[in-house]
This record gives sequence, structure tokens and C-alpha cells, in this order.
Amino acid sequence: MANVWVYAELTEGKLQPTVMETMARARELGEVTVIALGTGAKAAAATLGKHGAKVAFVNEDKVFDEFLAEPATDALAALHKEQAPDLVLFGFTSDSRDVAGRLAARLGVGLISNASELEAKDGGFVARVPYFGGAKVATMRANAKPAIVLVRPKAFEASETGGTAEVKELAVTVGDGSKRARVIERVVEASEKVKLEDAKVVISGGRGMGGPDNFPMLEDLAGALGGAVGASRAVVDAGWVPYSMQVGQTGKSVRPGVYIAVGISGAMQHTVGMKTSKVIIAINKDPEAPIMKMADLGVVGDALKIVPALTAAVKAKKGQR
Amino acid sequence: MKIVVTVKQVPDPNSAHVLESDHTLARDREVVLDPGDECGVEEGLQLKEAHGGEVILVSMGPERAKDAIRKGLSMGADRGILITDEKLAGADAFMTAQALAAAIKPEQPDLVICGTESYDGSTGMVPPILAELLGVPQVTFAKKVEVSGSALKVNRQTSDGYMVVEAATPALITVTAAIAEPRYASLKGIMAARSKEVKQLTLGDLDLERGESAETIEAIADAEARKAGSIIEDDGTAVDQIVKVLADAKVI
Repeated sequence: MANVWVYAELTEGKLQPTVMETMARARELGEVTVIALGTGAKAAAATLGKHGAKVAFVNEDKVFDEFLAEPATDALAALHKEQAPDLVLFGFTSDSRDVAGRLAARLGVGLISNASELEAKDGGFVARVPYFGGAKVATMRANAKPAIVLVRPKAFEASETGGTAEVKELAVTVGDGSKRARVIERVVEASEKVKLEDAKVVISGGRGMGGPDNFPMLEDLAGALGGAVGASRAVVDAGWVPYSMQVGQTGKSVRPGVYIAVGISGAMQHTVGMKTSKVIIAINKDPEAPIMKMADLGVVGDALKIVPALTAAVKAKKGQR
Repeated sequence: MKIVVTVKQVPDPNSAHVLESDHTLARDREVVLDPGDECGVEEGLQLKEAHGGEVILVSMGPERAKDAIRKGLSMGADRGILITDEKLAGADAFMTAQALAAAIKPEQPDLVICGTESYDGSTGMVPPILAELLGVPQVTFAKKVEVSGSALKVNRQTSDGYMVVEAATPALITVTAAIAEPRYASLKGIMAARSKEVKQLTLGDLDLERGESAETIEAIADAEARKAGSIIEDDGTAVDQIVKVLADAKVI
């Protein structure tokens, strides 16, 4: 059976949701060992046992919270000397990317990044990777041992299988040479009540919203639907809304029950982050916009009129019950 | 301060992409300097303007990638290095980072600036591999950088805001589009760029060999398209129809 590692990224003691999503596939590919480093590692081991991890290596040293990338790379490289994994999985998140890249360089192997699908085939691993902002999909076979693969958020659906991971302490000495990029403060800007990644309904705005002053009407609709508000890269780059709201290749990937794209043309780099939504509704002035060709319902009209009317209608319908 | 900015020539995001039979890009199509790298060049130039020094552009690609370097030079960078070798066609992130590291090391820069990820490949893996190969710390997703002597203070974008990270040079950072609005090249800049040095290096010059790729591309296909649903003109019933879809999806 393949020896599969999953790097269990922790942020301020909490597991990144992508770790649980990755577990759903990892446990089908082999026997899973998770590596959790920093505050919350032991609690993470318990959680990941329920998601199918057989072994959990943990180390709660705060050095992993305080310094970026290098201490975690040291820990993984040290463990790699003791056991030779066939496959090492990371989430395609900013912190995991940093660790994966450094580990690959240290082991002298390459990696497959941004995978949206991963399976065992002919004794090896094959991944599918979106290219050119999602216009093309490449099928790639991993040649190296270990194969290092970074998995896109929302590529798989997390589910518990029950079980308990055997917890082992990962002994590692992190030298001063690895304490170089120090996190001194974390600032939360997102004011969202419902997390974009977890929302059942996402309402995203693009240039067609006309300006930042019109975004509150999307918030109103999101409030009525219990959803969250996202945005296209164009309006984030223009400074209308913060990056934390960006959906797409360089932003967040979402997979809600309903995605409402308002005034968004539907560039590939946006749609790669939302096209697996169950239902897509587009509101746009332009009937030829690419988003219209992928929407379950495309409405050609003035978003600034339709959105407030829709909010009122949703409130009325909810009030009836 | 000596600053290296890595730059990549990519297919124009606004044009159709054509692939050769070996799955490499048909680069005789419209190509441009990666828009993300323009932000890196701009940040490099602003740091040079504030602290003095030199901005060197380093790229890997076919000979015509020199145009991408020229673009950066016309914005104001001082000189360029192009690693170009037929043996590098289809190089993966690891090979690319090895070549870049070999070209950058002799320059001994204080700061290496990369884009967060390229527009075409989007692997985002070259910068961390490069940082490890150069033996320097990395701070990725930088949206603001302050330099004071050898101390760096970086606002690093996170999914819900940012973190403040301190490091010392030499270091590598990757920058987001939020860091700086790229300037337009002036006519004077474009003229000056013509006489700026662009050194060309082969794999042999760097004492490197083409290694085996970590992955074999078995196929590239168009992304699966979602089936189009219905498109309606808003004739006053649009809101009702949307409400029906929301109700069918059981969100209201």
C-alpha cells in the first residue's frame, strides 16, 4: 500500500479546511500519515484520525507558528530521512505552497501544483491541472519519488469516516538558520459574517456593479439569503473591495449550492474558482458575456435594478413561511 | 540595494492560446510580459528610487523573451539576463528555478522579487524553490514592503486580511497586484532600453544539465464546459424566475 503523507497546515491552531478535503482522496490512495506542526497539532491529529489518518506526527513547538516555511520544511525533511513516502500532499494555499516548494528543492525533486483531481493509475499517480487560468486542463503523471502534489481547495469533499490516528511526537531541532521570516502580527480585514468558502450561497460582483458604492446592495441580498459576497479580480485590482473577497484562480475557490454572478463577464481566471457550483445564476447587461454560456439561468438586464428587487422578493418569500 | 526581478513572457491573456503537439506553448502567438511581473518590476523600481541601487531583470525562455525584458528595461530597469537554451523547452518549475538560481547567485542581490504565480502556468512554485536554492528566506504574497537598511517589513496577504512579517536581506519576496500600479514606459524609457545590456546565457554557461521532469504531461484538453441553461431578457419577470431557481435549489 502506498505511503501517503498529508501536510496538515495549521493557522493559529486551526486546520485549513483544504486538509480535510485532501484527506477524502488521500485515504483512497494509500495509508495516510499526517504531519501537524505548531499550536493545535494534537487536536488536529484527533480530527484527522476521524478523516482516515492512520498515523499523525505532531510537534507543538511555537517556532512553527512564529516563522514562515523554513521550520516546517526542516521537520518534513527530517521525517523524510526516516521513511520514504510515495506521495506527499499539500493544499494549494499560500502557507503550504511555501513549504512544498522548499521541500521539493531540498529533496531535489519536482512537484505538481494546483491539482484539481488526483488518482492512482498504473502503479503511480496522475493529476489533472488547470492551465491558462482554467481554459485548458493538463493530465500529468508524477515521475518523482516522493511525488509532491498540491491540491486545489474545494477539489474534493471532506467527509468523516471515523477512526483514530496513532499519535507520534516528531522530534526536530529547528536551528536559527531557519528562523528568518518572523510573523509579528496578524490583521483580519474580512468583516464577513458567513465565510465565503463555506457559504451555501455566494453573490459575487464585478465591474458591472458600476462602483464600490453599489456593493452594499449585494450585502443586502447576501443577508437575505444567508450567503456571502465575493468579487471578480477586476474589481479587487481596482481597489473596490478587499482581496479576501476575490473568487478565482488567484483568489478563493468556492463550491456553493447557488452562485450568483452580478456584472461579471466570466473570464477563465474567475470561472475556475466557481464553476463547480451546483447552480449558477448570472445577471449581466451583455447577453454575449462568457458567464452566460455557463449559467443555469442567465438574466440580461440592469443589475442595479434587479438586485434590490430580488432582495425584496426573497425577504417577502421568507416572510410568508 | 541590488534588486533582481524575475520576469516571464506569457501568452497575451487577451488572445487565444494555441499549443504545439508536444504540449508546449506556441510562442509565435501574441506574447507579453506577465502582468504580475510588471508589478514586480514596478516595486523594484520604487525601492531603487527610495534606496538607490540597481534593478536587474532575469528571465528564462526562447530568444524572443528578450522582448519581455526590454519592456521592463523601458520601464526603467538597469539591465537584463536571459537564460535561453533549446534544451529548456518545456522545463518544469524545478528546472526553471535551478536555471534562475544559477543565473542570480553570482549577482548576489539583496532582494529577489518574483510575481506570485505566472499567468500561464499558475503553479506558483518557482519562487519558494528558488528561495531554497538561493538559501534565502521568502515572504510570499507581499502587498506592501518597507526596507530599512537590511531589515524588511512585509504585509503579506492572507485569506482574511494580512500578516506583518519581518525578515532580513538577502531575501526573496513575491508580490501581488496590490503592491504597485505598474508605470507606463515613456518614449525616453523605450529609447534608453535599446542600449541597455541583456546578457544571454545557455545551460552550459550555467554549468547545468537538463534533468528529468517531475511530471509527464499525458494530455491537454479544453476544460470541461458547463452546459448553458436558459438566457432570458429582463421583461419584468426576471426576479420571479430567479426566486424560482433559488427555491428549486432549496436555498429559500
